[in-house]
Amino acid sequence: MKSRKPKLAVWKFASCDGCQLTILDCEDEFLKLASEIEIAYFPEATKKVVKGPYDLSLVEGSITTPHDAKRIQEVRNASKYLVTIGACATSGGIQALRNFQNVAQFASIVYARPDYIQTLEKSTPISANVKVDFELQGCPISKHQILEVISAFLNHRKPQIPAHSVCMECKAKGVVCVMVAKGIPCLGPITHAGCGALCPAYNRGCYGCYGPKETPNIPSLMRWWEGELGVKRQDSVRVLRTFNSAAKPFEEASTQMEKEGA
Amino acid sequence: MSKKEEKKPTKRTIQVKYLARVEGEGGLDVTVEGKKVKELALRIFEPPRFFEAFLRGRKYQEAPDITSRICGICPVAYQMSAVSAMESALHLKPENSIQQLRRMLYCGEWIESHTLHIYLLHAPDFLGFEGAIEMAKKFPEIVKRGLGLKKTGNSLMALLGGREIHPINVRVGGFYRAPSKQELSALVPELSSARAAAEETVHWVSKFSFPEYERDYEFVSLRSSDSVYPIERGQVVSTSGLSFSASEFDDFIKEEQVPHSTALHARLKGKPYLVGPLARFNLNFDRLSPSTRKLAKDIGFVPPINNPFKSIIARSLEVHYACDEALRIIFSYEKPNEPYSEATPRTSVGFGLTEAPRGLLYHQYKLDKDGIIEAAQIVPPTSQNLMTIEEDLKSFIEENSELSQKELGWRCEQLIRNYDPCISCSAHFLKVKWEEL
Repeated sequence: MKSRKPKLAVWKFASCDGCQLTILDCEDEFLKLASEIEIAYFPEATKKVVKGPYDLSLVEGSITTPHDAKRIQEVRNASKYLVTIGACATSGGIQALRNFQNVAQFASIVYARPDYIQTLEKSTPISANVKVDFELQGCPISKHQILEVISAFLNHRKPQIPAHSVCMECKAKGVVCVMVAKGIPCLGPITHAGCGALCPAYNRGCYGCYGPKETPNIPSLMRWWEGELGVKRQDSVRVLRTFNSAAKPFEEASTQMEKEGA
Repeated sequence: MSKKEEKKPTKRTIQVKYLARVEGEGGLDVTVEGKKVKELALRIFEPPRFFEAFLRGRKYQEAPDITSRICGICPVAYQMSAVSAMESALHLKPENSIQQLRRMLYCGEWIESHTLHIYLLHAPDFLGFEGAIEMAKKFPEIVKRGLGLKKTGNSLMALLGGREIHPINVRVGGFYRAPSKQELSALVPELSSARAAAEETVHWVSKFSFPEYERDYEFVSLRSSDSVYPIERGQVVSTSGLSFSASEFDDFIKEEQVPHSTALHARLKGKPYLVGPLARFNLNFDRLSPSTRKLAKDIGFVPPINNPFKSIIARSLEVHYACDEALRIIFSYEKPNEPYSEATPRTSVGFGLTEAPRGLLYHQYKLDKDGIIEAAQIVPPTSQNLMTIEEDLKSFIEENSELSQKELGWRCEQLIRNYDPCISCSAHFLKVKWEEL
């Protein structure tokens, strides 16, 4: 009893499965991980189901249906720690674009019989539904970060996930600033680190898939985009409304910018 | 679970509540009376995410990034069909080296996605394990070989795409950054060992025991005018001799909605059809690389193959082919002059059709004069296979009604997994539940 392995569960709500795939993409570590902990519930990987309670639940996806709104309560009740993985679970994901529109109209665009479809008006992050112990950002999450989060929670310590911006990663990597040197609009200054400054390293401006960093100054960056780089208002609003549109800072800024107009 | 032996036709329902080892959320309900299947529904209850709706009003350049989020398992397929559709709309024809890089990126996804399915999701069915973790206790070296192979697919995607899941380097017109020959050559040793591991994989899966079960399928896949196996381009062809281009897709294939599913069901000229590795293999055997073709012949696996349980062999041969093809492209690669060409927006409609690991993936976009998307239509492979999966289940249950409840349930799940269904794509999940009334 004393040496019981900690139980890990992986849950899925509205999502693309990419964040849980990240766990299976840890090819070098996966079997080691499976030997240190008990993978008690992870339907994408195994039929085996071990009853809760679970020491750590990783939750992928956002809440978009009445059924899922109930199910997340059960997940919370069965879990000691609950950590959200990815943009959907943490900010509502790309499907939160419905929050800015009429969902009934959305359903009628995709489905001939929208009355067969049960869906909520908004796509909400897990934290809007239950208490969350930690949120791991990213669309998709990083392999290294998920391993760090799992090991931190199972050792009852705080995960070492820096909350600074992508800019710091560019500097650390020696990537020349694409915005300053090439005039490419980049969300790096307001975006949470974790990807390793991927886009700038590929000659592309950051598009914010890791969501907001802590205390981002969005209006200042957008003034720079529009004033210095000639980005049109509708385009800057749209960039904020992509994979993390319902993350508070992004939502507030895009709503404010829309109100101000061009 | 003791089974009552009765002569009188019994009515029973099979319900797979929750099908594990698939991507997404779904279930299966079957009512059987005697030997006849009365009702059968593959329920897809993956929450709908409305991509086609929120693509409206977005810029044409955003389609590859946005649609890749439909599926974390095959994001490259979405990006490739999206760029192909946009380029057809905007009359853009990227140079050959760009096409080759795309093909190689796609090979990476085939290797990764197929290997995930072969080793982690499907092989445990044949060997009687609940999953790969359990299988690794008995066969650690085999599972490690699978993980190593999968990792090579990921390395290819990480180099060409920036990362494995939702690559960032793909754009309409080309890539943000084209790799140097040297960067690609660094992958040669890893790809060569992957190719050897793929060969071992083919031999390994070919020795599994397969239920004797065959049906006459209408296989549908792309076929290209040049001599390569279909991946990122081609004309649609079928077993019955149909042939059409991406722009005619809508005339041949119609999607319909059923109450038990958030995924739409597609039919070809009113009938179910099959897409994916088995279809590609049967229709393009002559287009495999000589070494993959030889390997197939060595194990006695030549078209026509009509046993869906053997799709795992076709999938393994495609992994071998993808390693071969990636190596071929690396050796002949010359860095493009420009990583991408710019498009000029115009009022237009574009069609894109490529071979996702699970089969045909269709995109269609209508653009306004500024390149804003006015309408989008996406038909993923799993929606196209749903009717065929339902028919497989029905006929298999009727032919094997003497099997025990447990075994039949297991086989039903396996039948579904033959298609590597990606419910996240088709909308998403599966459940199988059994009750005897």
